[in-house]
Amino acid sequence: MTTATFAGPVGRAETGRGASEFTGTWRLLRLYLRRDRIVLPLWVILLSLPLGSVYVKATQKVYDTPEQIRSFVHSVNASPAQLAMYGPAYNETSGAAAGLWKAGMFFTIIGIATILTVIRHTRAEEETGREELLASTRLGRLANLTAAMLVACIGALATGLLGALSIEGAGVDGPGALAFGLAMAGSGIVFAAVAAVAAQLSASARTTRGIAFVVLAVTYMLRAIGDVRAVNGPADPLSWLSPQGWSIQVRALSGDHWWVLLLHVAATIVLTAAAYALLRRRDVGAGLIAERPGAPAASESLAGPFGLAWRLQRGTLVAWTVGLGLYGLVIGSIIHGVGNEIGNSKSVQDIVTRMGGAAGLEDAFVTTGYQMLGLAAAAYSISAVLRLNSEESADRAEIVLTGAVGRIRWAVSHLLFALLGPIVVLGVSGLLGGLAYGVASHDVSGKLPRVLGAALVQLPAVWLFAGAAVLLFGLLPRWASLAWGVFTAGMALYLLGSIAGMPQWVLDIDPYSHLPKLPSAPFAATPVVVLVVIAAVTLGIGLGAFRRRDLR
Amino acid sequence: MSSAIVVRELHKHFGQVRALDGLDLDVAEGEVHGFLGPNGAGKSTTIRILLGILVRTSGDAEVLGRDPWADAVALHRDIAYVPGDVTLWPSLSGGETIDLLARMRGGLDVTRRAELIERFELDPRKKVRTYSKGNRQKVALVSAFSSDSRLLLLDEPTSGLDPLMEQVFRECAREAAGRGVTVLLSSHILSEVEALCDRVTIIRAGKTVESGSLAQMRHLSRTSIRAELIGDPGDLSRIAGVEDISVENHTLRCQVDSDHLGELIRVLGDAGVRSLVSQPPTLEELFLRHYSLTQGLRPRDPQVVRR
Repeated sequence: MTTATFAGPVGRAETGRGASEFTGTWRLLRLYLRRDRIVLPLWVILLSLPLGSVYVKATQKVYDTPEQIRSFVHSVNASPAQLAMYGPAYNETSGAAAGLWKAGMFFTIIGIATILTVIRHTRAEEETGREELLASTRLGRLANLTAAMLVACIGALATGLLGALSIEGAGVDGPGALAFGLAMAGSGIVFAAVAAVAAQLSASARTTRGIAFVVLAVTYMLRAIGDVRAVNGPADPLSWLSPQGWSIQVRALSGDHWWVLLLHVAATIVLTAAAYALLRRRDVGAGLIAERPGAPAASESLAGPFGLAWRLQRGTLVAWTVGLGLYGLVIGSIIHGVGNEIGNSKSVQDIVTRMGGAAGLEDAFVTTGYQMLGLAAAAYSISAVLRLNSEESADRAEIVLTGAVGRIRWAVSHLLFALLGPIVVLGVSGLLGGLAYGVASHDVSGKLPRVLGAALVQLPAVWLFAGAAVLLFGLLPRWASLAWGVFTAGMALYLLGSIAGMPQWVLDIDPYSHLPKLPSAPFAATPVVVLVVIAAVTLGIGLGAFRRRDLR
Repeated sequence: MSSAIVVRELHKHFGQVRALDGLDLDVAEGEVHGFLGPNGAGKSTTIRILLGILVRTSGDAEVLGRDPWADAVALHRDIAYVPGDVTLWPSLSGGETIDLLARMRGGLDVTRRAELIERFELDPRKKVRTYSKGNRQKVALVSAFSSDSRLLLLDEPTSGLDPLMEQVFRECAREAAGRGVTVLLSSHILSEVEALCDRVTIIRAGKTVESGSLAQMRHLSRTSIRAELIGDPGDLSRIAGVEDISVENHTLRCQVDSDHLGELIRVLGDAGVRSLVSQPPTLEELFLRHYSLTQGLRPRDPQVVRR
């Protein structure tokens, strides 16, 4: 269908002009924009319009006196958890700036969107072999990558500009709004270039996405550590190693440091040039990481659906465990003493006391840190469930199910990873975080169980997302990837939950909001049991539906 | 002889589309049965119902005495299936895949596995990611032929193989039949079916059009003749079994059934021939002739149908 639309313009390929490495970029760009005609506008709108209408307006409504704004900003900069999650707040007088500070997470989220966009049109296409068909037509060597980058850049810039308009529409000065929009676009474009490099490394789209997301997570963590260390003084060197850090350092509405955007531009140019250089040197379909020969016969363990699922999923499980384990280690190592480093001014001390003293601050940090981890674990769990869907649509499920393997057994072989994998991931991360925190505070036996509890209490919400994904897979297999939409909605609710003034029923949809806030709050069994039961019911319905339906 | 597969009045609807519309199929135990039909006739849909992957809308289906939907798992111990378009796990090697597939059925014969890898010239260490379509097909075939299955369901299994490997495939299919394995071979290549099958079932638009032994369907195996003539052979319709005669300039085209091929050649030879091409008609040509494919469909120009 898409190739048909592509065939049209090919006919009037430019003639007479010399063919360059970029020949055909424009035609491909049109093809990609058409393929993305629903997804692209969706993320552009979701990441731009809420900025003014939700973030700025809601915050302005709640903090309307200069005193309230100042106090809010002080409390932000006094809280390591807030600094780590969103970065510092620089403007003590503007309610709008306080609202945009909350939107600091957008610098990372837009990276997810551009990474997925670039990889979808490059490595994923190459893996299916469609890219080879295109490469055989009048296309320059770099056309495909360039067109994919352009799609992502168009999306990022559209998001930035629409976002700026939305912010301006909420009554903010034009230049400040534009600075924020461009900071967001800049971060998105840098990560598009990161994805472009990642796409040259591995022959597998799955691995490529993994590499790009690891970079996104590492830069996020560098900025988080940097911002916690800097408190609200001059930015820490670690923050300057992160594109998200640069976007915060643009300081929209707080002095508008336009020159910082040059860092985004420079990084994009360097990374794109690297991607081009790698692309020129490799075969279509191949990665830089060479394919090694495998075993001539299957080992004892590769004997059925469980052995197969283990082979297919173990790499991803290990990667997530290592990644989130490192995250736990980082959180654990910076918690201790955060309350003491905040400063000595009277107002800050007051805020700290109000938040439950230094110990209360540390507990709040643990809670926030592991709530983020819970969201990440949900993403892992959904991807493990959707493995069922990708196996089915690639007809590989059919191969297994025509063996003596029941449908439920096959589904469970993958669901084990979706359900038990998060226990491993969260457990390891909680263990490492607790150990690091315990060692730093000379109280391993006291801190470790508290941190581990905060990590593991996220599980019911994680399983709920897995249940929703199984339900979609069973009932609406064509739309199974809507599970990512559910996840995005969950993440949006979590982020919106931090904005004052949201109606309570909206906040109640977020499963994480019902979980006991360990370690500061006591454990409560009821919400945990209720969430587990809902997850089990959705899972059961999904599996039942899958057993009765046709394979696709 | 008992039946391996019995299908009666099978219907399968996908929304408005009737993929199967009252299909019948009988395969006796131990026979090699050809399952013929043009693209989109419903061959793969039938096989997928026989494998319990699709639910039937209505009708009866029994495989090795069991219900393919309800008893799928127990049944699959005795079945090996090779799809026409084999997709496998890119990160597994060919050898691992062969073993994995066989272990998920009833197990495999190790000596036969080694021998088949040799005959199909397959490198079992290579990752599936690096295999061509033909090589992926070989992996599925080696796994199926080295398994201890009682029934082989082969859905256009040679579509990616070169002629040499097609030959190997035919030998393997014959050997399987020799071991008493029942084979259902779906295909649209008539010569392959003729070489291997005892009986055939021909379907069109989800219905069985004809079923029987190849001998009974002798009238199917017509040969089309094109000859450049020197002399005039006279009115060829006097020879029984010659049809569709046309003469243009000095080029004769006609169809003849195998019983009368020799007679026609003799007459032509007597008259004098400069060149002669004979070829079995394609399945589509047969369909056009015997089952008036266009019935109930939009009228089509035969040229278009033949591409």
